[in-house]
Amino acid sequence: MTAQDFWVISPQIAMALLALVVVSVDLVTRSMAKVSAVALTGLAAPLVLTLNLWYGWFGDPATGPALFGTVEADRFSLFFNFLLITVTAGTVLASTKYIASDRMKDYGGEFVALVLFSVTGMMLLVSATELITIYVALELTALPVVALAAIHRTRQAVEAGTKFFVLSAISSAILLYGFAYIYGYTGSTNLDVILERLAVLPTQAGVPFGSYAVLLAVIMIVAGFGFKMAVVPFQMWVPDVYQGAPTPVAAFLSVASKSAAFAVIMRIMYSAFGEPGLMQDWSGLFAILAAVSMTVGNMLALSQSNIKRLLGYSTIAQAGYVLVGVASVPANQIGATFAGAGAQGVLYYLAGYAFTNLAVFFAVIAITSRTGDDSIAGLNGLIKRSPLLASLLVFGLLSLLGMPPTVGFMAKVVVFGSALNANLAWLAVIGVVNTVIAAYYYLRVIRAIVFEDPVDTSPIKSDVPVLVATGVAAVGAGVLGIAPFLLLEFARSALSILPDL
Amino acid sequence: MTIENVLLVSAVLFAIGAYGVVSRSSLITVIMSLELMFNGVVIAAVAFSRFTPSAALLSGDPLTGEAIRSALTGHAFAIFIISVAAGEAALAFALVFAMYRAGESIEITDASQMKN
Repeated sequence: MTAQDFWVISPQIAMALLALVVVSVDLVTRSMAKVSAVALTGLAAPLVLTLNLWYGWFGDPATGPALFGTVEADRFSLFFNFLLITVTAGTVLASTKYIASDRMKDYGGEFVALVLFSVTGMMLLVSATELITIYVALELTALPVVALAAIHRTRQAVEAGTKFFVLSAISSAILLYGFAYIYGYTGSTNLDVILERLAVLPTQAGVPFGSYAVLLAVIMIVAGFGFKMAVVPFQMWVPDVYQGAPTPVAAFLSVASKSAAFAVIMRIMYSAFGEPGLMQDWSGLFAILAAVSMTVGNMLALSQSNIKRLLGYSTIAQAGYVLVGVASVPANQIGATFAGAGAQGVLYYLAGYAFTNLAVFFAVIAITSRTGDDSIAGLNGLIKRSPLLASLLVFGLLSLLGMPPTVGFMAKVVVFGSALNANLAWLAVIGVVNTVIAAYYYLRVIRAIVFEDPVDTSPIKSDVPVLVATGVAAVGAGVLGIAPFLLLEFARSALSILPDL
Repeated sequence: MTIENVLLVSAVLFAIGAYGVVSRSSLITVIMSLELMFNGVVIAAVAFSRFTPSAALLSGDPLTGEAIRSALTGHAFAIFIISVAAGEAALAFALVFAMYRAGESIEITDASQMKN
């Protein structure tokens, strides 16, 4: 172990230190404005260190396997580090007023620190290349979120926290069982070594993945991460937790935790199970999950009357769209299209979705923190009460729906296009049909905002920080939609996990 | 004793735990069942560590660092699972207290405030 090793995880170390600094500042000043300011400026440190690893600003940094092959700062993990830090900055900015509110000001510092600890876990998760490290990082990601969900300690909040905890623990146990079998079969927990061993171990004809042990392990690993990605049939916690937890926590969960889970499942699948034959097997598994997830998520969203629950079901459907990209593996493509199009689509979709979903959630925070009403009827006539917030929210919803020229539309084009190239035309068709179904409930919310008459016509005065956060997220979504090549190139160069292209 | 016996015990323990989680209504029993699931995994990890790589170790070939690392990984895995599970249990009991204070009950059947 050398000093070089620590450069590789320097962004994570900086993030953990920042969390400790935030706790100390909270202890000394008890001023929530200072806590937010420190957290926001402090986020520059992990950001600069991440950019340094990408561009090599302070000399050429070692980014290869470090700390005994457990972590790696390759382009793939740096892409997600960058995304996660951006999402965290948005979340902290949008919750400045929330943590200063009367019911929160005693735990405001803890709130921010827990968010930062969870992000540390996510950043480790996307960099980890070894199963035990992945497990520990996963728990570091999940446990702070349990505390965050239950932080109000009202019945509803504790219920949300408990549900999240129990299902999170079950999924961890299932995941670990899969990890144990992979270790037992290959004798290693390092993803690259697993790939080598699986290539030489004898395989049984006619059995998916070449042996029942690997089949069992892969199914359990996918089930375990399915919970974190919030895909059907592992989605039952999502609506309850989104409704019961504070809205900033729901926003953070729906974007950061989901991106990290997609990143790690892609790394495991492409690194450890990256043999062309195995790829076809897991591609089919993900294609089925994607189809079910899109359909069930959208169907259940149709009848919702609470905006946070509706967004919960909407994120389940969105996870289904992302899974279409995961299922579109490089092998057996038609013609000379770019082989990594599916994986590239996942990265583009996740980044675009992050900006869009944050814009929607932040707008909801700005509105509900003033009106105290999180039903869809509470949004009636919003356009008359706050034209700016209403237009940002409508823009975000249109992007989630996939209306051109938003990023949501471009991302769906990229992902469904990659499915066509991977001979998964049926999946692309299901995706398009689902987009049409989803239009019903997104447009229902938009109709309430634009055409319904408000009961209470007083204008909503929103707080500046959350408005800034909403605006920045919406502008980001807009730019990525109009100029998709900016991000697509970036995503393409981040595909270091793919076998040689 | 073969590896099959030990894996069977581990699978049974895991299944009992899973059954307990879905069938019990007291939060404390659910947490105990979760621990049972984790212990099932620990047994599997240690069994793999004890049985599988030993063939490589006993074959008479010179011991390589790789073979020893491979054999010890399962034990390390078990220790990590146990220590993380301890942290989880602490959080779980914090939730039990919070739940009791909020509603005078730790039955998860009472935790149904939110409905479709």
